[in-house]
Amino acid sequence: MKFIDEYRQSDLARTLADKIARLTEHPLKIMEVCGGHTHTIFKYGIEDLLPPNVEMIHGPGCPVCVIPLGRVDDAISIAQTAGVIFTTFGDAMRVPGSQNSLFHAKAAGADVRMVYSPLDALKIAKKNPHHQVVFFALGFETTSPSTAMTVLQAAKDGVENFSIFCNHITIIPALKAMLDSPDLQLDGFVGPGHVSTVIGLRPYEFVPRQYGKPLVVSGFEPLDILQSVYLIIKQIIEGRAEVENQYGRAAMRDGNPKALAAICEVFEPCPFFEWRGLGSIAHSGMKLRSQYAMFDAETKFQIPGLRIADPKACQCGEILKGVKKPWECKVFGTACTPETPIGSCMVSSEGACAAYYNFGRLSKIAERSGLGTKG
Amino acid sequence: MASEFTSSPLFQRVERARRKKARIKDTHITLAHGSGGKAMHELIEGLFLDQLRNPLLEKLEDQAVFEIPPSAQNTARNTAQNSDSSVRLAFTTDSYVVSPIFFPGGDIGRLAVSGTVNDLAMSGARPLYLSAGFIIEEGFPIEDLKRILVSMRATAQEAGVEIVTGDTKVVQRGGADRIFINTSGIGIIGHPVRISAARAQPGDKVILSGSIGDHGTTIMIARGELGLETDLESDAAPLNSLVHEILEETTRFLRPDAIHCLRDPTRGGVATTLNEIALASEVCIQINEEEIPLRDEVKGACELLGLDPLYVANEGKLIAIVDAEIAEPVLARMRSTRYGRDACVIGEVKAEPQGIVVMATTFGGTRIVDMLTGEQLPRIC
Repeated sequence: MKFIDEYRQSDLARTLADKIARLTEHPLKIMEVCGGHTHTIFKYGIEDLLPPNVEMIHGPGCPVCVIPLGRVDDAISIAQTAGVIFTTFGDAMRVPGSQNSLFHAKAAGADVRMVYSPLDALKIAKKNPHHQVVFFALGFETTSPSTAMTVLQAAKDGVENFSIFCNHITIIPALKAMLDSPDLQLDGFVGPGHVSTVIGLRPYEFVPRQYGKPLVVSGFEPLDILQSVYLIIKQIIEGRAEVENQYGRAAMRDGNPKALAAICEVFEPCPFFEWRGLGSIAHSGMKLRSQYAMFDAETKFQIPGLRIADPKACQCGEILKGVKKPWECKVFGTACTPETPIGSCMVSSEGACAAYYNFGRLSKIAERSGLGTKG
Repeated sequence: MASEFTSSPLFQRVERARRKKARIKDTHITLAHGSGGKAMHELIEGLFLDQLRNPLLEKLEDQAVFEIPPSAQNTARNTAQNSDSSVRLAFTTDSYVVSPIFFPGGDIGRLAVSGTVNDLAMSGARPLYLSAGFIIEEGFPIEDLKRILVSMRATAQEAGVEIVTGDTKVVQRGGADRIFINTSGIGIIGHPVRISAARAQPGDKVILSGSIGDHGTTIMIARGELGLETDLESDAAPLNSLVHEILEETTRFLRPDAIHCLRDPTRGGVATTLNEIALASEVCIQINEEEIPLRDEVKGACELLGLDPLYVANEGKLIAIVDAEIAEPVLARMRSTRYGRDACVIGEVKAEPQGIVVMATTFGGTRIVDMLTGEQLPRIC
């Protein structure tokens, strides 16, 4: 298929993998920040192609995975309010709160509906004027512009029964918090592609400047990721640390000014936002500005707003920071599986644990069946 | 990293956890229990089978196959006296709740007939008679009902079966969504075949009768929520004539038992069906992504929606796992038919590791293809 198959050619992949292997034998740890990259890495078996000295660390860039338990409970509590139609992206349905998930709340009678876009939620609000329609807004700068546009549209159309439960987060403060973490040892970053189409490349400049680490903004096809890994390692061996753009076909240096303007108009940073596993990170969350407060579900509804500690057995935090591997977690694959996730990393297909569980047991299988890994 | 992974005792841990007896932990039925994936298996094995267990049911095939007990034959008197010519029957049932009820390439009526015909055909049976039960919501247009019945008649004619008994219930508005149809079917197994999901053997070839994901994608698009327009059509079709051709071919080679498994990969898609076979037969199934036929429209829609076509439903495709010796002639025969013209070998059966489906990706890597978990939800970024 045009514009897709070009980025999935196996002969090019092998050539690129050989080039990577020839660059250095020095052990390197490279983090892909974005969950979309994690998914691609597993889906296409990219780790099979990389030389053994290059290790991919799967970062915190899955917005579903970093939602804390308490916020999920709040969402469920809103969904269970009489007269509420609660709308959400599909992935968020299965995220476990402290008791159950939106999926279970729906089965038990709450009106929870899956939508593909916040505009669909607004449509539902217009069709159901006697119901309160709430959209579970979550995600990085990839999804926040569409939420912002929807709020602007709702304001323009005077839709009073629509609100959002805002959990939008921004990647830069999280990246900074991780770089400041003393137990983290990384040599470079594969930068998020979709986020960068919105925010551009400039916000990443502190990574090489202050921390001396290369960052390459990457596309989501398997060849994109391999090429980005190549560019990062090339920077390292040449003693450079820069922000490079591998995803030039979509991400521009200045991002998307229109989308940024919409975000700025509607949202402002909140002083703190709690990330599951990573704790509270300053200025990493977004909330509605006061002039749009009438669209804020948190002012419209009574929510418990409790801070709930992660289950003791769950090691999502260490996994999100790349300190621990998914399989080093005691409950991985036993108590915590994609069907019955305990930790959030097991929920979304972009979560590191789910990716390992679903796609990741290949080395052993290759060994036992003589399938042979490529590269 | 690879070695670290290999040496980890984790694998045994996961394998053990996976092999545990299915138990249903949920307190309510969720949509996942109907998706054809893991939750549905838990429900079936942990509740239905637990309560209703008997030797025929516990095989968990898509149909029950049984011989008419000699005592029953005697009471019937006019059946043949010699008990050597044992008659085997296949019996199955399925309910249809598709929305929308009319979609490109078919409708709920065509689906209801071909689905049950296919479940019978996958045992090697010749489908004979169907029942049809209708649950209709108050206010449903008679015109639509007629359209559905015309389609059922045409599909039954195509399949050479007759709908010989039926039932109608009308429920108050909101008691059902428009119309639900249940069909049961009975068929007779003439060939001395032994087809079962538990019969895949190392060395066997895996044949797929055509492109994947057409039905599921068509339905998603027909719901109109996505604002997409394509020329895609559902593949809903009765496959008994295709199965008949396959069995004729094996009979020609005097190898009627060379067809080991036949399944139609409906809910949960090709991935889930192959997992069921790998588990039941305790074998590994290896497939090549490159060989799997996939229409550009389906590929594109799945890219957009974040779906994996391997998990998307088909309603007019079958997977045949056959002895390697006979794979070529069977494939050629399939390709000469209307519903099998795009058939191809997509992989083969290996001994180890048991219960697992592995795919060589077009990109040159490999990955495990697991059973569907939950609903196949679109990713959000």
